[in-house]
Amino acid sequence: MVELRVNGHAYELDAPVGRTLAEALRLDLGLTGTKVACGEGHCGACTVQLDGVPVLSCITLLHTVGGREVTTIEGLAEHPLVDAFVRADALQCGFCTPGQIVSAAALVESTPQPTSEEVRHAMSGNLCRCGAYPRIEEAVVAWRG
Amino acid sequence: MARLIRTEKEVEGRYTEQWIVVEEDVLEQWPAGPRGIVGRAARRVDGHERARGQATYTADISLPGMLHAAVLRSPHARARVKKIDLTKARETPWVRGAIGPDDCHVLEREPSFQGAPVAAVAAQSAERAREALDMIEVEWEVLEPLLDPDEAVRRESFTDEPRLYARGDVERGQAEADVVVEGEYRTQTVLHNALETHQSVCRWEGDTLEVYTSTQYIWGIRDEVAETLGLPPDKVRVVCHFMGGGFGAKNSPGDYTFIAIALAGQTGAAVRCALTRREENLASGNRNSTIQRLVAGARSDGTLTALSGEYINAIGWDGFSGPTYGPMEMLYDCENVRTQTFGAKLNTPPNAAFRAPGFVEGTFGLECVLDELAAKLDLDPLELRRRNYADHDLVEGRPFSSKNLLDCYRLAEPHWARRKEVRARSDDVWKRGVGLASQVWYGGGGPPSYAWIRVGSDGRATVVTAMQDIGTGTRTAMAQIAAEELGVPLNQVRVELGDSARGPFASISAGSSTTPSMGPAVRAAAADAKRQLIEIAAQRYHLEERVLEIKDGQVISADGGSWPLEEVTGLLEDAQILGKGARGPNPTGMRVLTFGIQVAEVAVDVETGEVRVERIAAIHDVGRIINPLGAKSQVEGGIIQGLGHTLSEERLLDPQSGGTLTQTLDAYKLPTIADVPEIICEFVDKPDEHLTNLGSKGLGEPPIIPTAAAIANAIRDATGADIHSLPITREEMLRALRAAEERRREPERVGAPPA
Repeated sequence: MVELRVNGHAYELDAPVGRTLAEALRLDLGLTGTKVACGEGHCGACTVQLDGVPVLSCITLLHTVGGREVTTIEGLAEHPLVDAFVRADALQCGFCTPGQIVSAAALVESTPQPTSEEVRHAMSGNLCRCGAYPRIEEAVVAWRG
Repeated sequence: MARLIRTEKEVEGRYTEQWIVVEEDVLEQWPAGPRGIVGRAARRVDGHERARGQATYTADISLPGMLHAAVLRSPHARARVKKIDLTKARETPWVRGAIGPDDCHVLEREPSFQGAPVAAVAAQSAERAREALDMIEVEWEVLEPLLDPDEAVRRESFTDEPRLYARGDVERGQAEADVVVEGEYRTQTVLHNALETHQSVCRWEGDTLEVYTSTQYIWGIRDEVAETLGLPPDKVRVVCHFMGGGFGAKNSPGDYTFIAIALAGQTGAAVRCALTRREENLASGNRNSTIQRLVAGARSDGTLTALSGEYINAIGWDGFSGPTYGPMEMLYDCENVRTQTFGAKLNTPPNAAFRAPGFVEGTFGLECVLDELAAKLDLDPLELRRRNYADHDLVEGRPFSSKNLLDCYRLAEPHWARRKEVRARSDDVWKRGVGLASQVWYGGGGPPSYAWIRVGSDGRATVVTAMQDIGTGTRTAMAQIAAEELGVPLNQVRVELGDSARGPFASISAGSSTTPSMGPAVRAAAADAKRQLIEIAAQRYHLEERVLEIKDGQVISADGGSWPLEEVTGLLEDAQILGKGARGPNPTGMRVLTFGIQVAEVAVDVETGEVRVERIAAIHDVGRIINPLGAKSQVEGGIIQGLGHTLSEERLLDPQSGGTLTQTLDAYKLPTIADVPEIICEFVDKPDEHLTNLGSKGLGEPPIIPTAAAIANAIRDATGADIHSLPITREEMLRALRAAEERRREPERVGAPPA
C-alpha cells in the first residue's frame, strides 16, 4: 500500500509491482484527464506534477511516490492557463492538452513571465501531433490574459 | 422535395457512382465577408472540456466488467502459421477469452506483413492480456518477403490495376519543348501517430452491438461492422464523442474493432482492444513511400508543352493506390500529359489515407521539377506558374465552381519579394533562400448529410447530428453556422454529435469534407427552425411573417417591434421546435477544388547539411471561412505535419526482414514545439458562389500539400542543390550539395583546353 496526496486529497492505494502512477490515477482514481499516448515516456501526454515538478506518470512507478503530492490536470481545472489555451486555440484534438497544461503550469510557477524561447525549451517534451504548437506558445507566453 | 439522383461521389480523389437522395438547397448564400458570428473568430465550444481533461475519449471509456484485449501480431514480414495452440493461454487464470484465425476473419493464418494480427486474448487488464500472449504457442514457417517496389512492379505484384492517363501527345510536346527536365523523386513512408491510438470498446446490449471507437466515420464503421456480421445496420450503434486525432488512418473499423467484437461475443463481457504505440507504428496504416520518375518540357517563354510521370506507390500488403498523379494532371494548363501509376503490393504494413494522400507526395515531385525547369529557363518560379495557370479543369473538361489561385499568387508576392533580402543574409556557412509551391486538392464535400435542430422553451438551440469532431473544430463551426442562421448568440447553441443512435446520418471526416458537407445541412436545419419560430411569433404578435426576423436572440418586426426570443419559445412549455436540414447536391458539370500557395524561407548549413526552416507563408483558397481562428490552427497544424514529413519523419524497415525499426516516438521523429518556424496564414475568403448555401470548402488537407516542395525549392534557391528525396536528412542535403558542386564543375571540364 502507498499513501499519497492527489490534488490535495489523501489516498491509500494498492501498489503491486509494476503499477504505474498513470494507471493508478486513471484506473483506481478515475482521473482520466491524464492521458497515456505512448506508455514509454516519449510523448509527454501523461505529464503530472510531483511536488510541483513535471514527471511522466506512465514511467513513474506508483510505489516510488509514497508521501508525495501529485497534481493532475483535474487539480489545475481553474488555472488561468486553461482559459489561455482556449483563448489562443492552443488545442485541436485535445489529447495532449492536459499534459501540455500541466507542463506549462510548472513553467509559469517558476518563471511567471516566460519568453517564447523559454516556452519552446520547457515544452519540447510535450508532443502535439495536430501541430497546435504556435498557439501553445502564444497561450503560455500570454497566460495571464 | 426529395430527389433521387445517380451521382458521382468523391472522397479524397476516389470517385464512386451511387444513388443519393438529395433535397434541394433553397437558401441563398450569405454575402461575402464576416457576419455577426460566421466569419469571425470563435473559441472552441468544447475547448474547456478538452483542456481540463473532462472530455471522454474512447481511451477513457470504462464499462462495468470490461475486459482488455491484447493481440499477437506476426513478428515476420511473411510467414505461415503451421500450428497454433491457444490452450495454455485459455487456461491462464486471468484470461477470459482467446481467439485465433478460425475465430475472427481479421486473424491471419498466412500473415503477409510484420504486425499482421494472428491471435488475441482478453483478460482482466491490458497488462495481464499482454503477458498471456506468451502462452500462445505458434509454429511459424518463415517465408521470403517481397520488399522492393521496383521488383514488385517487375513481378506485377499490384494492389490495384495499373492506371494509365493520357491527354494530348507527350512525345510531340517534348519535341516542341526548348528545355526538358527529367528527374527521379522519392518520398518516404510516414506514420500518422495520432496521440490517441486506434481503439474500440465493444459490447452487446440485448441484440444491439455497441461500438465505442476512435473514428473519423461513425456511419462507415456502423455499415462495415453490420455488413461483416450480417446484422441490420441499426443493430450496430457507434459512439465517438471525442477523438484524439486520426489524420486519415481512422476511416475504417480496423482489426482491433473486429477483435474486440469477437472477444465480446466469446466472453459475454465488454472488451477494449487498444493498440499500443508500437502496434500503432506497425499496423495501423501509413502514408506509403513513392518513386516518381518525371519529365517536364517547356518552351523558352515558360509554356509547358509536356508533363509525364511514372509513379510507383509502395502500398504494402493492402490499401489503396492514391492519386500521386493528381497534381500533375490537375494543377497546370498543359495539353500533353501522361501518367502511369503502379500500386506495388509488398510484404509491408498496409497504407491508409494520410491527410491528402497522393497529393502531398505528387506535389513534392511536380513542384520541384517545375522549379528545376524555371532555373533552366531562367524564369521566375512564380511567373512560370502564372504562365501555366489553368482556367478550367483539363482532366474533366469542366469549369471550376470557383478558383482564386491568381489571388493566392497575388497575396504571395510580398512574401516572395523577400527573396533578395533573405538571400543577402547568407554567409559562408549558412546559405539562405526562398521557395514556393502551389497546391490543388478536392475538398467540396457532398450529400448525403443531415442535421436536426431542437429549440426549447428557454430559446436555446441544440444541433443534433451523428457526425464527429476529430479535433478540427467542426463542433464549433456547426454551432457558429446554426447561431448565425437562427439569429441567436453563439453561447445559446449546443452541438450534440458522435452517436449513430442519436442523430441522423453525417459525412465522413476525411477528404476535407466535414464542413462543406455538414455546414449546409446545419444551416438548412436552422433555417427550418427559424421559419417555424417566425410562424409562431407572427401568430403571437398578430403580424405577417414577412415583416419578422430573428436577430441577436430577439424577434424583430419591420416596424421596430422587438421581443426576446424566449417570450415566443416560452409559449412552448415542454414542446419543442424541430428543424431539419439536408445537404443539397454539388453543382452539376463543375469541378469543385481547393487551391493555394506556400512560400518557405530556409537556412542551410552547407558544411553539416543542417536545414532550418525559418518562415512559411501560406495562402489558401477554400471558399468562405467559417471560423478564422480554427482555420488558422488547421493551416499551422498542416504545415507542421508537413515539416515533419519534409525534414525528420521516416519509417525505417530492416531491408532483410521487412521489420519496422521505428516503432517508438524516440525513433520516429515528430516535430516538437522547438522545431516550428514563423508561420503566416492568409485566406482569399471568397465564397464559392456555386457551392451550397455556404460557399465553403474543406481546409483539413490543403495546408500539408505544398510544404515539402516549397522547402525543397527554397533549398535550391539558397544553395543551387536539387533535393530529390524526402526526408531531407543531412545525408540527403549533403548528397544534393555534392551533386550541385559536380554540376558546376562539369562545364569547366568540358570547356577546358586539352592538357
